[in-house]
This record gives sequence, structure tokens and C-alpha cells, in this order.
Amino acid sequence: MALNLREAVKRPERFTGGHRLCAGCGASVTVRSVLRALKPEDKAVIGAATGCLEVSSCLYPYTAWKDSFIHNAFENVGATVSGAEAAYRVLKKKGKINDNYKFIAFGGDGGTYDIGLQSLSGAMERGHDMVYVCYDNGAYMNTGIQRSSATPKFANTTTSPAGKVVPGKQQFRKDLTQVMAGHHIPYVAQTAPFGNFNDIHAKAEKAIYTEGPAFLNVFTPCPRGWRYDTPKLMEIIKLAVETCYWPLYEIENGKWKLSYKPKKKLPIEEFLRPQGRFKHLFKPENQHLIEELQKEVDKRWEALLEKCEE
Amino acid sequence: MAIRERLSGNEAVATAMKQINPDVVAAFPITPSTEVPQYFSQFVANGSVDTEFVAVESEHSAMSACVGASAAGARVMTATSANGLALMWEILYIAASSRLPIVMPVINRALSAPINIHNDHSDSMGARDSGWIQLYSEDNQEAYDNIIQAIRIAEHKDVQLPVMVCMDGFIVSHAVENIELLETEKVKEFVGERELEDYLLNAERPVSMGPLDLPPHYFEHKRQQAEAMKNAKKVILEIAEEYEKLTGRKYGLFEEYKMEDAEVAIVVLNSTAGTAKEVVDELRENGVKAGLIKLRVFRPFPVDELKEALKDLKAVAVMDKADSFSAAGGPVFTEIRAALYDVEDRPEIVSYIYGLGGRDVRVDDIKKVYDDLKEIVETGKVESVYNYLGVKE
Repeated sequence: MALNLREAVKRPERFTGGHRLCAGCGASVTVRSVLRALKPEDKAVIGAATGCLEVSSCLYPYTAWKDSFIHNAFENVGATVSGAEAAYRVLKKKGKINDNYKFIAFGGDGGTYDIGLQSLSGAMERGHDMVYVCYDNGAYMNTGIQRSSATPKFANTTTSPAGKVVPGKQQFRKDLTQVMAGHHIPYVAQTAPFGNFNDIHAKAEKAIYTEGPAFLNVFTPCPRGWRYDTPKLMEIIKLAVETCYWPLYEIENGKWKLSYKPKKKLPIEEFLRPQGRFKHLFKPENQHLIEELQKEVDKRWEALLEKCEE
Repeated sequence: MAIRERLSGNEAVATAMKQINPDVVAAFPITPSTEVPQYFSQFVANGSVDTEFVAVESEHSAMSACVGASAAGARVMTATSANGLALMWEILYIAASSRLPIVMPVINRALSAPINIHNDHSDSMGARDSGWIQLYSEDNQEAYDNIIQAIRIAEHKDVQLPVMVCMDGFIVSHAVENIELLETEKVKEFVGERELEDYLLNAERPVSMGPLDLPPHYFEHKRQQAEAMKNAKKVILEIAEEYEKLTGRKYGLFEEYKMEDAEVAIVVLNSTAGTAKEVVDELRENGVKAGLIKLRVFRPFPVDELKEALKDLKAVAVMDKADSFSAAGGPVFTEIRAALYDVEDRPEIVSYIYGLGGRDVRVDDIKKVYDDLKEIVETGKVESVYNYLGVKE
């Protein structure tokens, strides 16, 4: 799918300014990047799970969404949007609706990896023509930085605090993108608002305009939870990709494809250092923890290369 | 001409749904309501409805998908029982507060634990404050009639609230009885089309639904919701009147059976009313002025009408097929007792919790309740306000 980003950025914004997301938050960047892939003539129904995005974008009597928007609860945006999509199919068939609609669900990692996993899995398995976008910021940020199954190992969160005995979260993160690949849906991709935004734009376009269910996992930094300086948003994303902590790839009709291979894979330390949530790892006695993280990143990266036949 | 049939309660419910031909049905199986989505998916498979059937992976997702579909502008139905209803809990409130006119048959079954598939009313009684209108049905005919009326009630512009149509699991859901069905064309004409104002698929006017609603507005929205429930009472009666013209079958907020000169009466819901009517007839033959009230509408609660109907009695027993574990009587009892507070010379009122987990309720059990009431009237004394009927103590 040929991208003309120069043209695409001229499209009118569908997520307006004035929302209440934090400065330096990745969520609005993710949302705008995804919605930019919608053709201006197409209409959309957008759903959001309870979370930062929802509480910051739709506060009665205001809304930042130019398209129709629905929030239902924390764990059910998959099912909710699937219901709206089912309604569309029947109403269109009956001739009650003429316009073309696209269906997009947004959930944070809490609403997607954890409490909303069942609802997501069901919606994808049933084959609804919809895109589920996880804006993965690696913890329950809306309730105040609690660990999720997407939180990186050893990160300091308020329910996996780094203490004198336990150095932060004790488990490696769940690989949800691969869980979704296991659903054998037409399109699954892992992306980020990275570099010139080519990757996220192209993947969002494919996800939206591939018939049937699609899943996008988008790396979405959170300055409050990760403790970085807000202007460093893009730099953090770059480091996640260049260290292969967050590889960019897609699975299109079962075919795995690596989207970006760093010329020189950076050590994981580079990604960890600018983030306050990993501060404790840089004490001399914790050097081995960084090594452990490096090993896991390497292992997952190698396995991915194999799947992508790189 | 009406169609004479013999159908089980579940078949009656599914038939009503087929005739209504909703846009979306999202459902998950649970005993004893499983047959409803089963029959319905067969209608879909045979092309006898236009409905999109969404075979969700849980009741939580069933209600969530119903919310999404109803918000999008579709006419939406589902069905469930017991734990399935419990799993929907969170979204029941959201459906009602979002003012979505979803109609859901609830085939009443006992809630776990211990797990039990048989009938009582602990499921729908637990949902009594979720903001849903609740209609109760004595038999398959009433369940069928209530479902058809529920569509109109739910979608009425002054109401815009979801409706549960309750009937007893197994006792009604799996028992085949005679039933009189309307012709499909008449059902279609009666239910009409859903009239929409704000909905997600309105191309002219996109809408945001389910906002964060903070202290400056939340209370006002709740107040509007309360007003809608208040309006529902009038609307339920208007629609019942219209339905009576169509079918000859009369529905109100509750049914009064031999209440004109009654001195003692019991209040019940659903199928127990059938057994109780037998007892009333027998007592009447023996000169006992016994009556019965069968509540059809529990939400909104017909407080004034019940007060009027009960005020001249000497003693009333309220039979609850659910315990609220308040340690002060069943849920219907406490509300009816409160309704009688303003009556100057109010009747004595006692609570009977009965039939939990499908324990059979027999003619003799009901007779015992009337005997107790007679004794209260004769002695002027209430020995026990809070009672359990038919339990091994």
C-alpha cells in the first residue's frame, strides 16, 4: 500500500486538541496517527476502554472525537465495538444506512492485555470487521501506575515497587502481539509512532482497510509512569525500537514480516537509562538485572527473526 | 385470527423474538435459558429473521455487545439466567444509565453458590436496582405477551430504558402449555420500527456516548433516569391497553385475583401464582375471604397502586422466591411493607421466603400461608414476621 504521508498529514484531524492528556503522552500521538489513515470520506465509530484516553477525551459535555464515539467499561471495548459493527452490518443490509463506516477500538494495556483480554479475543475470533488498537504504555496509568502484564520486568510501579528486597516487577512482559497472531486473523502488527511515522501510518491503513478483524499493538510512552522528561517522547520510542525491546513487525494473512531491522542493535541499557522507573537498576549491585533483561530481549528478538525468516 | 399453539416457555420467548425480528441478538448459553439463543440461531440459519446473531464468549460480552449495538441504533435483544445475569451486572447498569432500550428475557434460576440450575428469583431480584424495568410472567403466554409489549415500553420516548422479562426456569421455560400467538404481521405492526434521535451511526450528527461525568452533571443525569422510570408506569399501562385491544388479554401493573372483598391475601411473582390461585379457589369454596396479588411490574414499583389494593385487607403475606439476606425479610416483602406505611389502619404483613434453589412449592405450602394469615386475623397477633416456607429446619 503506497503511502503518501505528505498528503495524509493534510487530512483534517479527527481527534481534536483540547483533550486533557498529559504533555508528552504518547496516547494522543498514537490515536492521531491511526485515525490519519482513515479516508476522509469514510465515517467511523470509535470505542475506548476505560483508561487515560477515555477520561481525557470525553468529559461531559465535551468531546475530542469528531467521529461517533462510545465508552462502555474497562474490560469490554472489544465486545462493545463488535456490537456496533454487527448493528452496522444489519442496518446497512436493510438499507437504513448508506455511508461507509469503519470500526476502531482503543484500549490501554490494562484494558487489552489484562482485564479486557477475553472481550478482545472474542471479538477477533468472531471475525468482526474492526480494528483493535492497544496503546501499550506498560502499566495501569489511569489509576496511578500499577503493574500490568505488559510492564517490563524490573520496572518500578506502585504495585511492583522497587524496594530493598524486591527490585520492581518480577515477571517478563506478556507478548500480546503474538497471542493475537495465534488468533489467525487477517492482520496483526506491532508498531510505534517511530521516525517519520511511516510504519504506524502504513500499518493503520492496512489494519483499517483489511476486511475482517485486525489488531495493532502500539508502543505508547507515558511520562508520568515511566518518569522521562516530556520532550523525550520520540527519543524513548526510538530507543525502544533500536534496542529491539519493541520490534516493528506485522503478520499479514499468516505471513510474518519484520518491518525494521536496526543497523546496529543498541544495548537495552540505552532504553532503560532515561526512564526513572528503571533507576534502581543502575545501582552497581543490580548490574546483573540489566544483563537478565538483555538476555530476554535477545532471546525474543532472535525468535522473531526466525519467524520472519530474516 | 390468533394462532393456537403448544409451546414451552423458551419456545414462546424465542417465537416472540422471531416475530419481533430484532436487528441484533448477542447471547451466551446458560441453563435454563440456553434454548432461547439455540432456537434463535436456528431462525438465523434458516433465514427466517434478518438479525445479526453475535455468539459472544460470555454474558459480560453479550450485554457489552448489546450496548454497542443499541447505541449504534439497532433494536437489540438477548436472554440469560442466574450467573449469566450476575456476570452482566456491571453492564446492566451501563445499559440502563445510557438509556438503551434493550429487551432481555431472564429465565429465573438460583444464583450460585452452591451451584444449582433450578428456579428461584435470586438472579433478577439482585438486579432490581440496576435501572432495568422488570416484568414478571406467570406462564408461557404472559412471557410471550410481555416480550412483545417490552419492545414498545423500552423504546417509548418518555422511557428509553432496558426491560427484563422474567419467567420461571424449568417450571415455565421447559413446560409445554397451550398458547395463543399473534400473527407475525400483527406483531411487526405492534412493535413498529425503533425511532432514533442520537445514535452512533447517525451520519448527519456524530455523537459521543459514555462520557466521564463529574459532579456538576452526574446527579442531573441520574435524576433524569429516575424520571424515566417514573414515566414507565404510565407507559406500561398505555401499551397494555393497546395490546388488550389487539389480543383481548388484559395486563396491568399487577393482577388482582378475587381481591374485591378479600380479608387475607398473598403477594407472589411468576408461576407460583398459578398454584396459589388453586388454593384461593378452594378457600373461597370454604367461605374464606382469600385473595391474591400477582405482581407483574416490580420495576418501576407500583407503590401507590399496591397500597390501594392492599389497604382494606386484615393480613397480607408476601412470598419471596429470593432472600435478600438483610435478616429482615425478602426483597418484595420489604418494599410492600414500606408501601403500607401510610395506610392508617394498615393490615398485618408477614414475609415468607420459599422455593429457593427449585424447592417445590405445593398447594399445601400455600395453604399453610393462608392458615397463618387466618390465625393472625383471628388472634390479632403476629407470632412471626419473617418466615421460611418448606425448608427443613
